[in-house]
Amino acid sequence: MAGSIKTKITPPRWLLAELTYACPLQCPYCSNPIDYAKYQSELSTEDWKRVLTQARKMGAVQLGFSGGEPLTRKDLAELVKHARDLGYYSNLITSGYGLTEERIIQLKEAGLDHIQVSIQASTQELNDHIAGTASFEHKKEVARLVKKHGYPMVLCVVIHRENIHQMPEILAMAEELGADYLELANTQYYGWAHANRDLLLPTKEQFEKAEAIAQAFKETVAGKMKIYYVVPDFYEDRPKACMNGWGTTFLTIAPDGVSLPCHSARELPGLDCPNVKDYSVEEIWNESKAFNFFRGVEWMKEPCRSCDEKEKDFGGCHCQAYLLTGDMYNADPVCSKSPEHGVIQEAIDSAARSALSVNEKPLIFRNSKNSRLLS
Amino acid sequence: MTINPALPIKFSRTHRLQWEEAQQKDVILYPEGMVELNQSSAEILKLCDGTRNLAEIVSELEQKFSTSGLTNDVTAFLEVALHNGWINQN
Repeated sequence: MAGSIKTKITPPRWLLAELTYACPLQCPYCSNPIDYAKYQSELSTEDWKRVLTQARKMGAVQLGFSGGEPLTRKDLAELVKHARDLGYYSNLITSGYGLTEERIIQLKEAGLDHIQVSIQASTQELNDHIAGTASFEHKKEVARLVKKHGYPMVLCVVIHRENIHQMPEILAMAEELGADYLELANTQYYGWAHANRDLLLPTKEQFEKAEAIAQAFKETVAGKMKIYYVVPDFYEDRPKACMNGWGTTFLTIAPDGVSLPCHSARELPGLDCPNVKDYSVEEIWNESKAFNFFRGVEWMKEPCRSCDEKEKDFGGCHCQAYLLTGDMYNADPVCSKSPEHGVIQEAIDSAARSALSVNEKPLIFRNSKNSRLLS
Repeated sequence: MTINPALPIKFSRTHRLQWEEAQQKDVILYPEGMVELNQSSAEILKLCDGTRNLAEIVSELEQKFSTSGLTNDVTAFLEVALHNGWINQN
């Protein structure tokens, strides 16, 4: 079933280093796997340095230090320095929780290129509720300090039904904080977000209104602030070209060393994702079953196989196909050509019913207790 | 956006210009993105070090490549670069 050997393998360009699953926040849309609490072990400093070296040699250049909360790793500055020495362009993807001015300076000296701070909402009450931690004022202070110390400041706000009405205030906050980049990431429904979908998925009207506001704002800040808008694919009729094509560009290394073609791929059955403790990055990228699984187009079933857009979106997202149709070889059901496309409307309807219900169930927050309960 | 001919041009301190051995080309790196440069674009940007203005960059390139008449091409590229935030004139 693995991808055809005829498929030309391109080298990785982006490396996402998930340093840890530990996180002081409990965001209910976290992209970590639901069963993350099972994976307690973390790679050592030396393991990470070896992985960074090997991936860089192959051509990886964009590097994200992520998690969990990467700041919980005591060796972060050491890893940043190693990455800088290798020529990576490195990004710290952080909640900002626990980030002091001293550490911001230390990381800058180590060679960190930019810091992406996530804020959950435009008000303290909602931010602290969604994050599951009192963190709003500190996050804003961190955003200012990031700016002050000469980093490009990337503000990331994940958008969902609880905060989508705050779009105007979120944009005003980004401007006030002097964000150079604003990532407005409509929630993607995997992992924890999948479990909480009925409570997070906005209606089409809510989404269209928020998008119109964001697009108008984009014009007014052109040249000052760059906006990355991640579309909510449930309201599209063609799927996203997930990961720019499986095993073509992106490499994720999970905290325990498991290598993934996308950060959600841990949810897919039977991939046998290899561990960097057992293989080199080059062996993993070029030869492993997991990375060859959906390379090229040989794996496709109908309607993808005969579709004239198959080289454009590669059949969409396999994790979404698996979660929503039970078969990862199916076309991403977001596609209107998918025979299972109806599940998307069912999800939208279900979320709308939940929003109107007087007994709406509570959000399941991302923490170790819930992780153990759900896995 | 247009280039002010009087002011020196400087490569942005929030972007990085570097040679990529694996790709055998120069690239610009910035948050969430990378632009691959052809050789002439890279040569122009390498001269944007905050000491030269537009005319000085053009003259340096014309000397280096023993040619003339580069003003229009270089100006057009630098305007794109300015628009994209790769360079500034502050």
